Amino acid sequence: MNEPDAPAIVVDDVSKRFRIPGERVTTIKERALHPLRSIPAHELTAVDHVSFSVAPGEFFALVGRNGSGKSTLLKCLAGIYAVDDGRMFANGRMSTFIELGVGFNMELPARENVIINATMLGLSPRQARERLETVLDFAELEEFADLRLKNYSSGMLVRLAFAVMIQVDADILLIDEVLAVGDAAFQQKCYDEFARLRHEGRTVVLVTHDMVAAERFCDRALLLEHGQTVMMGDPREVGLRYMELNFAREGGEDEAKREANRFGDGRGEILEAWFEDGDSQRAAALPAGGRCSFVARARFSEDVEDPILGFALQNADRQTVLAASTLALGPQLGSFRAGEEVTLRIAFDNIFRPDRYYATPAIAHAGTGFAWIDRRERFAEVVVTGASRTDAIVDLPYDVTLDRGIVDRARSEVAG
Amino acid sequence: MSVTDATPAAPLGRPIRGPSAVGGDWRRLLHLTRLLAVTDFRLRFFGSVLGYLWQVMHPLLLFGVLYVVFTEVVPFGDDVRFYAVALLSGIVLFVFLSEATSQSVQSLIEREPIVRKIQFPRLAVPLSIVLTALFRLGLNLMVVFVFLLISGGSVRLSWLELPLLVALLIVLAAGLAALLSALFVHFRDVKPIWDVLLQVIFYASPIFYPITIVTSVRLREILMCNPFAAIIQQFRHAVIDPSHPSAAEAIGGGARLLIPLGLIALIAVVGFRYFDRKAPRIAEEL
Repeated sequence: MNEPDAPAIVVDDVSKRFRIPGERVTTIKERALHPLRSIPAHELTAVDHVSFSVAPGEFFALVGRNGSGKSTLLKCLAGIYAVDDGRMFANGRMSTFIELGVGFNMELPARENVIINATMLGLSPRQARERLETVLDFAELEEFADLRLKNYSSGMLVRLAFAVMIQVDADILLIDEVLAVGDAAFQQKCYDEFARLRHEGRTVVLVTHDMVAAERFCDRALLLEHGQTVMMGDPREVGLRYMELNFAREGGEDEAKREANRFGDGRGEILEAWFEDGDSQRAAALPAGGRCSFVARARFSEDVEDPILGFALQNADRQTVLAASTLALGPQLGSFRAGEEVTLRIAFDNIFRPDRYYATPAIAHAGTGFAWIDRRERFAEVVVTGASRTDAIVDLPYDVTLDRGIVDRARSEVAG
Repeated sequence: MSVTDATPAAPLGRPIRGPSAVGGDWRRLLHLTRLLAVTDFRLRFFGSVLGYLWQVMHPLLLFGVLYVVFTEVVPFGDDVRFYAVALLSGIVLFVFLSEATSQSVQSLIEREPIVRKIQFPRLAVPLSIVLTALFRLGLNLMVVFVFLLISGGSVRLSWLELPLLVALLIVLAAGLAALLSALFVHFRDVKPIWDVLLQVIFYASPIFYPITIVTSVRLREILMCNPFAAIIQQFRHAVIDPSHPSAAEAIGGGARLLIPLGLIALIAVVGFRYFDRKAPRIAEEL
């Protein structure tokens, strides 16, 4: 069964469609009354000609936005859904974890639930009984083995379910965001366990939308959108693409609202504003760490002396992370004639953490007070992509040095 | 990165098939059926202090009511030997059929959490309901035998027919369970319809009346075409007392027994085939 060189999983041109009846006929009466009426149904293609293969011992991530078909694909792999096209192959015993604790019954004690759950996941009842002690031991719940599950805390439940899952001993594990439950420490424990399983040569296919986790733990990732493969390969690159997809779609604030947040005396007008990446191409998403620019185009409708042009950049929490203006060029820009068009370009290093950012460009009269000519709040937006390692607002470049001194023996002996 | 052109099957491993009724793995079907049934049975036990008692109580209460009605109010049973035991056995068998089928109707919906989350032979769901009902039938039949021996019945060689009769009943119930559960996924009014049909079966089968009370021979023979009626009748003849006519006598000739037997086979084949055809899509159509 286990051929040495064969891939653990092969998915060959697989499609899955759901028939969604427009008007669902669920009673015989309706059928009987309209026997000839064809049921209006439209088909939803959840997985659209997807192919990939996973090598034994590989940690493979299926990523995508909600409704991209990643979970459907996993269910097809698991044999829960029948596919409409294509073929799939597996090499080795497979177990699916779409939910922790499938078949758990709150009225029964833990002991029995472990056996139920393990049998559901593919063990024979005898194997399940043999592993009962190991499971309870791993979950550190031996003393509560005879307690009914309804008296368990949610943390204990998760521990128990996870312990069963780990003890099922499948060669291929299909996991669907099981880890969304539990606290950070538990999630870490899960990933540690997965890493261990992987070292034992098990294959893991993980469905997730947590790109940070995918980048940290997975060897390869497949990005799905509308059921189609967008990209497959290095999780880091897939992650960047995913962030672009994720944020590019959601529109900003609507026109009316933006107009309401517009101030100025109308002597000039900001026409357009956008971001550009390092290659001076307009971009809706910018990878963290690169060089980029904010660009705004404006026109004066009356003569203006020494205006100031600038912009403020705010993150999603409305913290201003950058404010830049032509004041950097000196206080006197000179005179501008009515009808003159200008392009403001402010280049900066993108040291901001991945998030959505809003730019508020403005033109103002020189002086201490804010006499706006035109100020368009949150007029342009951009998404910074990448994986943040910390929760710092900005990722300032820094140097680290660590000088290690000579150990003062006498002192340490006294202390010891 | 299509692998269509690769050499087929051999190096690719085992093909992953979608869900099915049996899943090509009889052992797993058996394990899961038993697991689900035992869990279900135990849960009812757990639920109340008198768990076991309640298992037997339902048929006994129905028996009490019918017994009073048909011995005191409408004297049916006077000329029948062991009327009480005959009545009880009819009720016990009917309770089995009724539980096994009516609880199967919604079983796939009720098991949705596992149907949608793990791969397993789908047939385990309705079969486990039949098995749970069978556990109760076992308990109830013990009560029947105790009654029979107390009433003066005797142990007879024809009791050996019992396993065969129960087996036929199981096949009938399992076929219906498979059919009804799969139908319910598409047609939600299967439930009220089946509830009414069960009532019809109750009155059309010799449960509270002896078949001899039907005077029209033609009607009696028609009634006996109902496989459930034939099973009850043969049960009475073989287990309770030979004075009850056998199913063959009641239907008017051994050859005619092929009708109820054929119906059992037909229901089972249609039920399992329909379930098998629907099984791959059950998870997405719930």
